[in-house]
Amino acid sequence: MNPLLKSILSVEFGFAVFRVMTPLLFAAIGVSISNLAGTINISMEGTMLVAAFVGVIVSAFTKSLVLALLAGIAAGVAMGAILSYFHLRLKADIILAAIALNIFASGITVFLLFITTGEKGQSSSLKSLLFPEIHIPLIKSIPVLGTIISGHNVMTYGAFLAIILFYIITFKTPLGLRIRAVGQNPNAAESVGINVNRTRMWALMLSGFFGAFGGLYLSMGYVSWFARDFVAGRGWIAVAAATLGGYMPLGTFLASLLFGAVNALAIYFASLQIPSELIALIPYLATVIALTIYSARALKKRTRKVGEAKQVGKIKESI
Amino acid sequence: MDNILEAKNILKVYENGVIANRGVSVSVEENTIHAIVGENGAGKTTLMKIIFGIEQAQEGKIFFKGSRVSIRSPNDAIQLGIGMVHQHLMLAPDLTVAENIVLGNEPRRARIFLDTDRAGEITRQVSEDYGLQAPPDKKIKDLPIGVRQRVEILKALFRNAELLILDEPTSVLTPQETEVLFKTLRNLKNQGKTIIFISHRLNEVKQIADRVTIMRDARVIDTRDAEELTEHDIAHLMVGRDISFERIPASTNLGAPLLSVRNLSYVDDEAILVLNKFSFDVRAGEILGLAGVVGNGQTELVRILAGLLQPSEGEIALRGEALIGLSPRKIREKGLCHIPEDRMEDGVAEETTLEENFILDRYYKQGFSKGIRLLWKNISRHSAELIAKFNILAPSGKTIVSSLSGGNIQKVVVARELSSDPDMIIAAQPTRGIDVGSEEMVHRLLREARDRGRAVFLVSADLDEILKLSTRVIVIYNGEIVAHFQDMSKVRAEDLGPYMLGVQREEAVSGKVPA
Amino acid sequence: MEKFLLKYFTLIRVIIAIAIGIVISVFLIFLISREPGFSLRSFLLGPLLTRSRFAHVFETASPIIFCGLAIAVAFQAKQFNIGAEGSLYLGAAVATAFAVSTNMPAFIHIPLVLLVGGLTGAAWSFIPGILKAKWKASELVSSLMLNYVAYFLGLYLINFHFRDKEAGFLVSYQFPETAWLPRFIPDTRIHYGIILALVAAVLVYYFLYHTTTGYEIRSTGFNDRFARYGGINVFKVIILCQVILGFLAAIGGTTEIMGIHRRFVWQDSPGYGWSGIIVAIIGRNHPLLIIPASFFLSYMQVGGRVLNLMSDVPAEMITVIQSIIILLITAEAFLSQWKYRITLRQAEKGDAV
Repeated sequence: MNPLLKSILSVEFGFAVFRVMTPLLFAAIGVSISNLAGTINISMEGTMLVAAFVGVIVSAFTKSLVLALLAGIAAGVAMGAILSYFHLRLKADIILAAIALNIFASGITVFLLFITTGEKGQSSSLKSLLFPEIHIPLIKSIPVLGTIISGHNVMTYGAFLAIILFYIITFKTPLGLRIRAVGQNPNAAESVGINVNRTRMWALMLSGFFGAFGGLYLSMGYVSWFARDFVAGRGWIAVAAATLGGYMPLGTFLASLLFGAVNALAIYFASLQIPSELIALIPYLATVIALTIYSARALKKRTRKVGEAKQVGKIKESI
Repeated sequence: MDNILEAKNILKVYENGVIANRGVSVSVEENTIHAIVGENGAGKTTLMKIIFGIEQAQEGKIFFKGSRVSIRSPNDAIQLGIGMVHQHLMLAPDLTVAENIVLGNEPRRARIFLDTDRAGEITRQVSEDYGLQAPPDKKIKDLPIGVRQRVEILKALFRNAELLILDEPTSVLTPQETEVLFKTLRNLKNQGKTIIFISHRLNEVKQIADRVTIMRDARVIDTRDAEELTEHDIAHLMVGRDISFERIPASTNLGAPLLSVRNLSYVDDEAILVLNKFSFDVRAGEILGLAGVVGNGQTELVRILAGLLQPSEGEIALRGEALIGLSPRKIREKGLCHIPEDRMEDGVAEETTLEENFILDRYYKQGFSKGIRLLWKNISRHSAELIAKFNILAPSGKTIVSSLSGGNIQKVVVARELSSDPDMIIAAQPTRGIDVGSEEMVHRLLREARDRGRAVFLVSADLDEILKLSTRVIVIYNGEIVAHFQDMSKVRAEDLGPYMLGVQREEAVSGKVPA
Repeated sequence: MEKFLLKYFTLIRVIIAIAIGIVISVFLIFLISREPGFSLRSFLLGPLLTRSRFAHVFETASPIIFCGLAIAVAFQAKQFNIGAEGSLYLGAAVATAFAVSTNMPAFIHIPLVLLVGGLTGAAWSFIPGILKAKWKASELVSSLMLNYVAYFLGLYLINFHFRDKEAGFLVSYQFPETAWLPRFIPDTRIHYGIILALVAAVLVYYFLYHTTTGYEIRSTGFNDRFARYGGINVFKVIILCQVILGFLAAIGGTTEIMGIHRRFVWQDSPGYGWSGIIVAIIGRNHPLLIIPASFFLSYMQVGGRVLNLMSDVPAEMITVIQSIIILLITAEAFLSQWKYRITLRQAEKGDAV
C-alpha cells in the first residue's frame, strides 16, 4: 500500500488528529459563542497566547496545576472583558479592537516572560507543569480504537466536554437563550426587556473562557513551554472553523475536526519528500477554499422567474 | 362600559420638526375591538408607539383603567398590561415558539438551567386558554407568517396583556390566515380582552371592528361605531380634504411617451410576486403620479427602473432604448435620474462633505475632472452654485452632510439629481419627513422640470402631493395597477382613496398612454 | 478655543491617546527598571543619540509607510483586508528570485525588480478582492489565511531554490549590485526606499483625494449603497483597492530587501504588515498622516531596541504600548462625553455647528 495512505489510515494518525484538534476546538467554541450573540470575536489568537503564558508562569511558580488552570482561565476571561468594554462601552470597532488585543497579547506575554525569567524566546528555563495524560483503563485495551481514544491529554477529553458544555449553555440555559436571541434579533430581545449589551458582554467573556483552555493546552500539554507567538495562527483557523460550522456545537466540532485532520496530515506529509513549507500551508489554503464555497452557497440573490412565485402580491391570496 | 384606555390631547413632534400627533384624543372602551385607520403618515403608528412606551409625547395625558399613567418604556407598558404586536414581528427566527414566548421570563430548573419542558407547557397552556394554536417546538423561521403572528400575540398574553395593540396585522397574512386571526380576536374579546387594531384594509375594519377612529394629518377626525359607516364613508374621512387643495396649472408642453414600461414583473427572495405585469408610460412634459400605500411594490418598481434591481420579466424603454440589463451608470447617462425613497441609505454619504455628495453622478464628466484628475476648484464652485440655487442652509460646500436638517439633506439630493437637467426624473417619496419650505421647493422644481418638457414619475404615499402635481395618476395596489386617472381636473382625494385601499379596482387597467 | 477643539477633535483625540501611551510607558519603565531614569532616556532619546540609530528610524519607517499606505487604501473603501504582510513577503521573495536570476544594467534592473515584486503582491491581494466582490467571502479571514500561505510559499521559494549554501544562515543569494537600491547617506543604511515611500505617500494622497478612482474608493467606504446608486462600479472598487494594497505592501518589502539586506533574509515574517495596520489606524487612513505616524512608530521601535539593548526593559513593551494606543484611538466614544459637553456649550452660545 502507498506509504502515505498507510500512515493516514494508521492509528497514530487518528491519535494525532485529536491531539491537534484540541486547541482549535476550544478556540472555535469561543468564536462561535460570541458570534451567536452577534459580536464577532477575532481575538482568540491573543486570548490563547495570554492564557498559555499565564498557565506556564503560574504553574512554575506555584507548582499548582489547579492554580495555573484558574489563572489561565481568568486571563482568558479578562481578554473577553477588555474587548467587550472597548467595543460595547467605548464603541470601538470590534475588528480593530480585536486586532489591537492580539498585538497587545503578543507584546505583553514576551514582555512579562522577560521580566519574570529573563528569557525572550521561550520559557525553557521554567519548570512548568503539564496537564496529565489519561490512559483509560478498559478502553485502552481495545485494538485500534483504544490507541486512538485513550492516552490523550486530559485537555483533549476536556475539549469534548467543552463542546457538550457549549451545547448545554447555548440551548439549556436562559443565558444561552438570550445570547441567541440577541444575535438573531436584538430588537426582539430588547422588546422583552433584555439588556442587549450586557448579554453580549457575557458572550464575550464566555468566549475568552473557552479560548483560555485552548491556550493552556498548548503550553501545558501539546508542548511543555511557552514561546513567543507560538499560537501560530490557530486562533485564526478557529475563526474559519467556527464560520464553517455555522457557529453551532455540532458544526463547530466537525469543522474543527476537519481542520485538525488537515493539520495532522501536514505533519505526515513531511515524511515524504515534499518540503515542509508546502505542507504547512495546506490548512490555511483549505480554509480559504472552504470559506469561499461556504460564502458562495450562502449568497441567495439571484433573479427569479415569474413561475417561481409562490404568492401573488404581498397582500393577496396564495396562488 | 368603561374606558380601558384614554389618550387626551397628545402632542408629538419629532426631532426633525415633523408633527406626528396634534391634539390627539382617543377613548377605547373595555372589551371592544377598536380600529384606528389613516393613511401613511396620519399619525396612527406614532400614537401606538406612545401608548406602548417606545416614544414619549411632548404633551398630553394617558389614562389606563381610569388612572393617570406614565409610560416611559415598553416595560412600563407591559407591566400595566398593554401588549403590542408590531408590524415587523419581533421574533428571533432561529428560536422555537416556546423559546420566543418565554424569552426574558424564562422558567428555570435549579436556577441555572432553562426548563424547556416547562416552557413548552406554558406555551401549550396559553395556547389553550386563548384558543391560539402554535407548535411550541418549531422554529419561527419554519412557520408561516400567520402562525408567527400568533406567537407574538401569545407573547403578549403570556405577559398578562389586557389591552392588545396590533399594528397592521393583516398586511402580512393571506385571506385564510386573516380569517383565523379574526376568529382569534373575537375569541380574545369574549375572554375580556380589549384590542386596538391599526389598519387601512377597510373591508377588514368593517368586518372585525366595533369602533373606528379615523386619523388624518396628525389629528383625530372622528371616532364612530363601525356599524354606522360604510367603507366608502371611512375612505372619505381618511382622505377627504375640507379645503380645496392646491393644484399646479396644467401642463402645456405635453409630448410623446419618454419612458415605456411593459409587463414588468418581479419575484423577490421570498418568492412573492411583488410586481405583476406592470405597464405604464410617462410622457415628456407630464408628471405621472403613482399613488399607493407604501409596501405595495413601489420600492421595488423604482429600484428596477434605476437599474438597482433586476426584474423577472418585462421591458423598460427610455426613448425607445431598452434599459433592462444596463448598469445604473449607463441608465443615468441615458438621462434618467432618481430621487431615492431613503435619502440616508442611498441618497447621501452622510459622513462626508456636500461637495463630495454633489458630484456623485458627474465626477468623471468633463468640467469636473480632466482624465483621472478631479478639478476641485470647479467642484467647489459648482457646489457653491448649487447651495445658492437650491437654498440649502449650510455654511459651505465643505460642511458634513450629517449636520444638516432632513429638509436640507433632501435638498442636497434634489440639487444633485435635478441639476443635470435629466430628461426623466423618478422622484420616490420626495418630501417625506421634511419641512414645508423644502417641500415647496421640491414641488416647484418638479413643476419647472415638467414645464421644460421633462418627464417626471412621482411615486408618493402623500395624496396631497399626488393631487397637487400630477398630470395623470395611476394607483398601485398589491403590485398591480388598479386605476388610471387621465383627467385630473375633477379628481379628488376621495376618488383615489378607495383604489389605494383595495376597496375598488378597475379591470384590465394600465398606465399606458393610448397611441 | 473650543471651536478649534471641535474641528480638530479627532486629531486631538489621537494625540491624547498617544500621550497616554507614552505616560504608561514611562510608568512601566519606572516600575520595572532598576535604573528608570537611564532606561527612560534610552527609550525616549535613544534614537537620537547615535548616528546609526537615528538612521534606523528612517530605515524602519520606509516599509512601514508603504504598508500603512497599502492598508489605508483598502480601509478607505471599508475593505478590511489585512493581507499586507503576505503580499509583502511573497512579493519580496519573487522579486529576489528575479533579481538574482537576471542581469541587466542598474537603471533597468532596479525598476524591474521593484515591478516584479509589486505585481506579485498585487496579484496575491487580488484573491481576497475577487472572493469578496463575487461571493461576499470575508476579506478579513481570507487575507489572513493567505498571509500564511504567502509566507510558506515565499519561504519555500527561497529555501529550496535560491538558497545561498555558502552563507552561514538560511538566506538567499546575494543580489547583483545592479539590483541594489543605493544608499545615499554615508555610514548609514538609509536607501532610496524612504524617498520612494514619501513619494508614494504623496501619490496615494493625490490618488485618493484628487482623482476620480480615489473618489470612487472613498465613496464606497462612506456608503456603498450610495456609491452603487450613483453609478459607481462597486465590484471594481472592491477589487481595485485590494490590488493596490498588495502592490504597495510588496513594494515596501522589496525596497527593504534591495536597500538594506541585498538578499532575502527573512526566515520569520518581518511584521511590517501589522505595523502598517497600526499606523493606518493612528493616521486615520489618511496618507499624509501616515507619514508622521510611521515615523512615530519606527521611532518607538528603535527606541525600544535601544531600551532593550542598553537597559533591563524588553522591547516588547513597545508592542504593548502601541496596542494600547490603537485601542484608545479606535474607541470612538473615548472622550466623547467631553466633546458632547463642548458641543452643547457651543450650541448654547448660539453658534451653529
